[in-house]
This record gives sequence, structure tokens and C-alpha cells, in this order.
Amino acid sequence: MLPDPATATYFGLPGYVYLWALTVVACSVFAVKVLKYIRVLRSARAEKRWDHLPQRLRLFAVNVLGQRRLVNEPVIGTAHFVIFWAFVLYAASFGWNLVRGLVPSFPIPYADDIPPVAIALEVFAVLGLAALAVAAVRRYIFTPAHLERSGDATLILALITLVLVSSLGRQVLRARAPEFSLGFWWLHMVTVLGFLAYLPYSKHLHLLASPFGVFFGSLEPRGMPAPSEGAALRQEFTWRQLFSGLACAECGRCDRACPSVGSGYPLSPKELMSRVKELVRAPDGHVKPVSLVGDMVKPEEIWACTTCYACMQQCPVFNEHIPVLMEMRRHLVSQGQVEDRLQETLTRLTRYGNSFGASPRARAKWTQGLDFKIKDARKEPVEYLWFVGDYASYDPRLAPATQAMARVLHRVGVDFGILYEGEQNAGNDLRRVGEEGLFEMLVEKNQKALAGAHFQQIVTTDPHTYHVLKNEYPAMGGDGHVLHYTELLAQLFRAGKLPLRHSLELRLTYHDPCYLGRYNGVYEAPRRILSELGATLVEMPRNRGDSYCCGAGGGRIWMEDAPGIKERPAENRVREAAGLRGVETLVVSCPKDLVMFQDAIKTTGLEGKLIVRDLSELVEQATGSAERSETSVAA
Amino acid sequence: MAAEFWVVVEHWGNRIGEITYEALALGREVADELGVPLRAVLLGHNVKEMAQSLGKADVLTYVDHPLLSEVVAETTAEALVQLMKEEMKERKPRGVIVPLTNVSLGVGTLLAARLRLPIVNFCKDLKVVDGKVHAKSVLYGGKMESMVASDVEPAIFGLWPGARKAESGRVDQSPPIEEVAVSLREPPIRLQRYIQPEAGDVDISQQEVLVAVGRGIQGRENLELAETLAKDLGGAVCGSRPVIDQGWMPLSRQVGKSGLTVKPKLYLAAGISGAPEHTEGMKDSALIVAVNTDPGAPIFNIAHYGIVADVLEVLPALHEAIESNKGGGKHAA
Amino acid sequence: MNILVALRMVPDVVEELEVAADGKWLDLEFVRMVLSESDDHALEEALLIKERQGGKVTVLALDAPDLDDVLFSALAKGVDRAIKITGAEKGVMTREAAHVLARVISNVPGLLPADLILSGTQAYDDLDGLIAPLLGHELGLPFLGIVTKLDVDLSAGKARAVKEYPEGVRGEFEVALPAVFGIQAAEKPPRYVPVAKVRAVMKSQKIESVPAPAMEEVGLSMIQVLEMSKPQVSGHAVMLQGSPQEVSSGLCAILVERGLL
Repeated sequence: MLPDPATATYFGLPGYVYLWALTVVACSVFAVKVLKYIRVLRSARAEKRWDHLPQRLRLFAVNVLGQRRLVNEPVIGTAHFVIFWAFVLYAASFGWNLVRGLVPSFPIPYADDIPPVAIALEVFAVLGLAALAVAAVRRYIFTPAHLERSGDATLILALITLVLVSSLGRQVLRARAPEFSLGFWWLHMVTVLGFLAYLPYSKHLHLLASPFGVFFGSLEPRGMPAPSEGAALRQEFTWRQLFSGLACAECGRCDRACPSVGSGYPLSPKELMSRVKELVRAPDGHVKPVSLVGDMVKPEEIWACTTCYACMQQCPVFNEHIPVLMEMRRHLVSQGQVEDRLQETLTRLTRYGNSFGASPRARAKWTQGLDFKIKDARKEPVEYLWFVGDYASYDPRLAPATQAMARVLHRVGVDFGILYEGEQNAGNDLRRVGEEGLFEMLVEKNQKALAGAHFQQIVTTDPHTYHVLKNEYPAMGGDGHVLHYTELLAQLFRAGKLPLRHSLELRLTYHDPCYLGRYNGVYEAPRRILSELGATLVEMPRNRGDSYCCGAGGGRIWMEDAPGIKERPAENRVREAAGLRGVETLVVSCPKDLVMFQDAIKTTGLEGKLIVRDLSELVEQATGSAERSETSVAA
Repeated sequence: MAAEFWVVVEHWGNRIGEITYEALALGREVADELGVPLRAVLLGHNVKEMAQSLGKADVLTYVDHPLLSEVVAETTAEALVQLMKEEMKERKPRGVIVPLTNVSLGVGTLLAARLRLPIVNFCKDLKVVDGKVHAKSVLYGGKMESMVASDVEPAIFGLWPGARKAESGRVDQSPPIEEVAVSLREPPIRLQRYIQPEAGDVDISQQEVLVAVGRGIQGRENLELAETLAKDLGGAVCGSRPVIDQGWMPLSRQVGKSGLTVKPKLYLAAGISGAPEHTEGMKDSALIVAVNTDPGAPIFNIAHYGIVADVLEVLPALHEAIESNKGGGKHAA
Repeated sequence: MNILVALRMVPDVVEELEVAADGKWLDLEFVRMVLSESDDHALEEALLIKERQGGKVTVLALDAPDLDDVLFSALAKGVDRAIKITGAEKGVMTREAAHVLARVISNVPGLLPADLILSGTQAYDDLDGLIAPLLGHELGLPFLGIVTKLDVDLSAGKARAVKEYPEGVRGEFEVALPAVFGIQAAEKPPRYVPVAKVRAVMKSQKIESVPAPAMEEVGLSMIQVLEMSKPQVSGHAVMLQGSPQEVSSGLCAILVERGLL
């Protein structure tokens, strides 16, 4: 039987006295910091995150217990899974041991005196050490991009190693060298207590914070923050937004996925979280309250985000990078400090309802290229209301694709109409740039036009429009039956209404638009269409949820290129497409993708090697003559 | 009462403004149609010798006063008011052309208001119809023209640059001079000093080729497209007002009403709409090529060649074409 | 400091402008009205002066379609008082507008004495006169136009104004106040005001409505527009057609021919 550390005497005092002392010190050091964090969080803006408990529990189970988001990087994902469960086991055993050690009169054994527990601890110690070795090799030898080899991280790795080694040492030396075993017990306890005390001061706070982060994660469509006046000072952000800084493990997954980082823009989502943490830790400014906007995060960083959602999709702790940026954008807008070119666009949108500054009456001018008249949904009932969108309506480079879509629908005999001048910008990107007031105004105007029309479903060619009509108009009173045109076409193919005339013997690749893919999970409909068309789809390395943003979102298409840019996101993407063997066609299903990639092909000198086509043009080509059809094909 | 037709001379920086000769050329036509003498009115201080090039007029009234040494609208207008009140006891001007430039802006309106006479602004031409002087004026940034008649004579005609060719209004001979005195008080507006623009690295008025950018360039980051092209063509980049106001280029590169007047061999207007305030600064360029997405842009009315397209597509394409031209062995003439 | 800013709405040239049936003016039915660009700068300059030196800014305008949005936007930017002048004859020209503005300025309490009266230096439909000198004349105040910067020294009753000349030259003037200034461009581009703020102002603040005084004389302009039309130009550019590559090679050929390449 091993000597009881709690009752063994050292320098005349029983062990538990020392244990009490150490525990009290460690807990105080821990509590001081944690209480400050809690105080800061409580003084921040309220946000209700206790709703939908079953859904939250499920999120917790999948993402915390199941570590789901970490497996996308399989090696470290597995290692971290092991470390996590090792930690859970060790935390439980430590807690048990501490209680028993502090109160020796409790009639319970130490956890590791129970053989099954001891075995489990040994197994996990070995596995844990192996996982740590993998993690260390990855961190120090094969360092992934955007992973800081900070002193803090090294210390943490060392501490965890010590925890496991000390536990292993205790077990191994139990029989052979009981005094050493006792020593290892104390080493283990002291290390864990020290770790506990150090926790709130290090990035390993994520240990405690991330389960809460996941549990209190946003259930809104893609994390849309509630309307607000914006935020710059600490107490103006919501507690969950500030919490993101505390929960951040500095893993760098966000930066690795971010198109702004990839282009050399000033923005780094990881840095942003770091600043938020600094904000939370900042001393209470009595003279001048600390503002996140300005010195800590500069306006050019705030405007550099495309809101592509790659960061938030990757983040294992469910941090809210985009909401934080949006709050700061709202703040800048409320101060009238809007990026130069953006200001012009906002003025045009306010006055004309479109970002081109063109006459609203010219919105349907693209229809003049058709040899039939599209129904006016304001005047007669239609089955599908086609909400065309600014770019598809006004940009001459998009007229061919928009007209192709119209011809396809017409030929198939789909009953559709448009709102003509009644349509205004749907407002998705207004929200993303922080102009909530203008967004509300556009929503009012659009809802009025929609209310005056009779239709069953809305279909749109623009994913931004799709996202906002489907997810954010219902909150404002719309009813959300919205389809993207790829979903509609896929339905038509399934129903056999689009017979193939010329199979497209083409090797091509497809770019998943951010607002269709990551934001709304529509990945398969366009792929089904392409396969129906007889094309050979070669996937780019970054496809589906890993799709690399073209750089137009978040209002960036309305702004100047950010300073310090190395390579535009669209240029990066077309190079990726051109790098696929035998592929000369890049297929898109978003009007902004089309113009961004067309420009990028020119600026990268890929003209003649790669061409951008909209899916609607391919559908038209394959299902009938590309020229104007004489008759519509009945089902 | 003897009828006449008047032109107010504009001079600044010890030079007679080009617009004065344009006005004299126009005034001569009108005076001849009306069968009346053309009178030039020169106000200033110790500038009598400027009459040397004003021979297009039949007679010149010279008003000298120290307070007229610099053009201050209030004072110039006051001098003209006194002059006209005096002169109109014996003479009947059928019309008075007053230049509408940064130098003389406001003079015409003040004169008209104080004498309760009509003024027709933005004139680019005058015609005599049934013995009356009608003005053709430009409105809405060049998008509309109007023919205007006045109820009362004389009308003041605020003349915009470009009505006639300046050379045809210049005759190096002094017309007979009549001196008239006016009494002026110290105005509540005093010119303290001139602020010269910072010397730019480049004097665009000396360049043979200019690539001019306007709002159509869309952003500061696209300026390098224009600069590349300017280098290809051996010229320099300049801009219209909006581009300078945004701070993308220094003031020394501004072409137009408040900027420089240029007459290069080639003026490539990229993304410039062609509002009169700009075109008056470059309309005499030997070859004007304009690129704009708006087929109705007024620039196409004065350009020799026009392209309806996005500047951001044409500039790089033009650069490519020039590069392959050079590379293909064709030599520059 | 008391600053007045006179604003005017002009037809927006973004839309296709059409001539009215009688051929004498614009078809005003479908015309969209917008704030004259230099008036926007005059407003911005007034606000900048207020921010630097304090004071009160009042804007005045003759009623026109879409004017309310402009006035509320001005209030949201920081203007203290917005006055809309109703009942003036439709399609009134600048001379009459100036007369109405001057009468209203003189009669409505609290407007005079003003230290500065600002307006845009020129609107593109100022056919029968420029508003700033007309206001100066009507109110018996000195006028200076094409101003791009104003520094006011109220205690000395003076302002330092910078005016634009050709060729990028500017002139610095000393002006005794009160005076009327025609603003060409404000020191900074007109600021952005968030839509939410404008909408809040629409609920919380009011635009004052003042009836236009009866015109004791008509026909102040003393001019007749005989005809209005789209410009008939003697020349028009030879248009090069085709893709950017095609027009570029075409243009290259022309340049070579002209000895420019």
C-alpha cells in the first residue's frame, strides 16, 4: 500500500496542509483573473444564448466531445482528440485526488489507487505523450502557416507533458520505488495546480472557455449578429463576441482559410481574436476607455473582410470573427467614416436602389436582348418570381448569362416573371458593410414590391440575394421560400423537363460561391446539373466548403483594393483552376464570381488558357441551340 | 442713339485670356450682322498696352483704376456698372459679352443684377435672328442646349470658353482708345496673395501625349494602368477634377477650368464624361481619343475617336497592343 | 456664428433627359431631382466651420421633389435648422429663386443677421444668373465665388477665403463679414451620414415650412427660352467597335499612322 501523501509529514506538517496552501494559492491566482473576465463579460452587451437547449447540447456533443472541426486536419485532429480525452480523464482523476488529498478523513481511495482507473490513466498517459510528440513535431518541425511558436505554447506543451509523465511515473514506480512514486504524486499535483493558476493567463484558457464557446455558439444563420448601433468600446460588444478572444486557441485555422490573409491584405482573423483578448484583458480605462477600433484594429483591416465565412467554419471553438468585424463596421458607418469608394456606392444605393448608380428604370434593360417578353410579376401572377439582382441586371458583362437563364426557363415553359423597376438591391452586402439603416430601407421597399406581386416561389441567380432573402428577410417579415437557380434547374433535370441535346464533352471545374456553399450548404445541385450535362467535373483542391472566395463579398467589390496586396483572391483562384490538368473552363453560378474571375484571368495573363462560363450558359448550350429558340419544349 | 456691341476683356497674370479673343471673334460676327461697331472694354491698372492685340474691335474703352489691378468680381462689376450707366446716356449696347471663367465668374451676374438687365449664362454661341441677338447656351453638364432670347436689351452674355477659335479674334493692332474714369471705394474683399500650385514633377502643358483619367478609372489602384500606357506613349498622366479632389493626383495634373489648359498631340481621355469644365481645358488637342462606358457622354462630341467600353479593359488591352506592335518590329515613325 | 446655406435641387443627369412637348424645357414629369453638387459642398463647408468654431447652420431651399430627403439628411449631418420654402412657382429660374430666398432670409426671424451665407458656386441650370452673387446683391452683401476654403475670425469680423484661379493657382482673400460665398469645393468631400441616422431624424426633427412671399414683380429673369434640345454636334467621334483587343489594335494602327507610335 502506498503511503498517503495527505497524511505523510514533511518538516513537521502533514501533507494536506501543504496541499491546502497550494490549492488556495492556485485557486486564488486563477480566480482573480477569471473573476475579472466574468466581470468584463457581464458589463458587455447582453445577448441571449440560453435558448434552444437541445440544439446546443447537440452542438456540444459533436464539437466538444466529438472534436468534429479538428478532423479536417487529420493528423493533429487525431492527436488533439487523444489529448482532449486524456485531459478529461486526468481532470476527473485530479479532481478526485485533490478532494481526497485535502480531506484525508474521506473514506475513499485515491483515484489512481483503483486498478481500472490506474490502467486507464496509464494508457492515456502513453497515448497522450505520443499525441504530444506528434503535436510538437508538427509545431516545431513542420510548422503550419499561421501557427505561432510562442513561448506560451511551448510552456503549455511542457506542462502537459510533465503532467502525463508525472502521472505515469507515479504508476510505474508504485511498486518498485514508493518514495519516488510519492514524489511524482506531489509533482503531478503541483504541476496541475500550477497549470490551473497559469491557465487564465495563457492561450490555454481555451481549455475552459471553448466548451462554453461551443455551447453558446450562434444559432443564427451563419452567425448574423443582432441589429445594433455598432461597437468600438469594450462594453459595446456582446459578451459572446468578447468571449471569442478568450476561447481562441491561436490554432491559425482561420488564417489558413482566409482569402484576405492569402492576398496579403492587412486583415488576419487570428490577430483580430488576439486583439479582442487584449481588449478583454485591458485595464479598466477610467481616463479613456479602450476602443478596439483605431489603434488596436485599423479601419483598413476592418474593411478588408469579404465575409466569406471560411474562418468561422474552420474555427473549432466557434469564434465569431465576422460578427466582431460587422459590429466595428457598423460603428464606423455610424461615425460616417466609410471607406472612400464605398461611400459613393452607399450614396448611389440610397438614391437609386442599385450599386451602379444607374437609373432604376434601366433595371430590366437586359431583357431587350430576348425575343420574348418576360412577365411583369407586379401585374400578373406567376409561379416563380425571379429576383434578378443588381449585377445580373446592370452589368453588361453578365447580360449573356442572365439572358441565357431567361431563355432556358422560357423554353422549358416555366412560369416566371420579374419585378422590373420594382426590384431593388436585396441588401445582403449592405448588412455586411454595416449599413443596417440602408438595409432596412431596401427591405421595406422590396417587401412592398413583393407584397404587391403574386407568386409561389422566389428564384434568384445571385447567391448573395439568395442568402438574404432566404435567411434574413423572414426575420423582417418575408416568408423565405427561396431557390437558387441551380436548385431550380436541378429540380427540372430531375423531373426530366430539360432533355439533353448536345452533351458537353468538356473537362471543367466548378467554383462554389461563398453565399451558396458555405452559407447555405448548396453544393450538390450545381454538380448534379454538370453531370447531367455530360461534363467531366474536375474538382479544385479547395472545393465545397473549402472553396476560396473570389474577393467580392462583404462589399469589397465596392471598395478599393486594400493596401499591401500581393495577389487578389480571384487571381489566386483562377491559378488554382488553370492548374488542373486538361481543364480550360471555370464554371460559376454567381454573377460576381463571373466578373471577378474574368478580370483575374486578364490580370494573370491566363487569357486563352482559361475561360469563365456561368452554369446557365452551359445549360442553355447543352439543352438546346444556343441561338434563340423558336418553340418552347413541352415536358 | 448709336448702337454698339460690347465685349469685356479678361486679363490675368499680365496676359489677355484666350477667351477674350474668342469673345472678340464672336462679337465681331454679331456686330457685323447687326451693323454696329464692336467695342472692347478693358479694365485694369496700367494695362493700356494690352490694347495692342485687340484690333478686332472697332473701338476700345479703357478704364484705369488702382483697385482694378486685380480682378475682384465686386470691384470689376462696380466699375462696369458705372461705365455702362455713363455710356448708356449716349450709346446703346445691343449686348455685352462677359467671360465666364474662374477669373471673371460673378462679374456678369452682378452687373446684370445691379443694372436690372438680363444675363444669359453658359453661352457657347450667339446668333442674330430678325435683328435680335439670340444665345445658344449649354445646360446640365452638356446634356442639353437651349436657344435663348432676352426681353430687354442689352443682355449680358456669360460666355463659355470655346465659342470661336482664339486666333481668329486676335488682331495685333490697337483700336482707337477712349478713356473713362470711374470712382471706386475700397471693397470689403481684398486679395492678399496668390498661392502657386506646388511645382509638380511634370508640366503637363508641355507634354505631347497625355493620358487623362476621370471617374471611370474607379480607384487609385488603377492609376498604374494609365501610367503604364503613358510610358508606352512617351507622355504623362493627368486628370479631371474628381480625380484630383480625391487626392489621387496632385493639383499640377488637373486639366480644366480650375486647372491647366493643354494642347497635346494626343489626348487619351479615359473614363472622363466630358463636362464643359474639363473640355475647355483640352478641346484644342490635336487628336482626342475617348473611352467611356456611356455612349451618350459629351466627351464623344469633341473626341476624334471614341470607344464605348470599360476603361479598365481597354487600357491594358491597349498596352498589350502597343507592346506587340513594338515587338513585331514595326518601328515608330 | 450664424451660417446660412442656400440649397437647390437640380435635375439628375443620370436619367435620360427628355425635352417637354412644347420643346422649351425639360420634361419635368420623369425627372429625378438631386442636390446640386456644389451646394452639397457648401453644406459640408458650413458644417466644417461649425465643427471648428461653433455656431449655428440653417439650410434653406425652395420646395422640389425629393427635397425632404435632402433636408433631413442635412439635419442628420448636424445642421440646426432646415427651412423649406413652399408655394413658389414650379420651374422658377435662378433669378426668381434668388429673390425668393433673399426675401425669406430677410423676413423669417432668427436668420439675419448672418455672418456667412453660403451656396454652391454654380449649378448647371443657372441659365439666368448665378445664385451667390444674386443673393449678395439682394441682401446688400459682398460676394466672392469659387471658394475652396474659409477661415472665420468672428471677433475681427473677417474671413480668410481661398478662391480658385486657372492653372491650379489660388488666391487668398480677406473678406469683411457678413458676406456671401459661392463654394466650389469644401475642404473635405461631403461626409457620409448613415441611413439609420437620417431615418431617426425624420422621426425626431422637423423641417420648417415657410410660404414663398408673393412676387411683387414677375419676369425677373428677363429671358425667354425659345427652344431646348439635345446638343446637335457638328462633329462626333468616329466610334471604334469590337472587343477591347480589337479596338486596341485599331487604335494602334491610327496612332502609327499619325506618327505617335
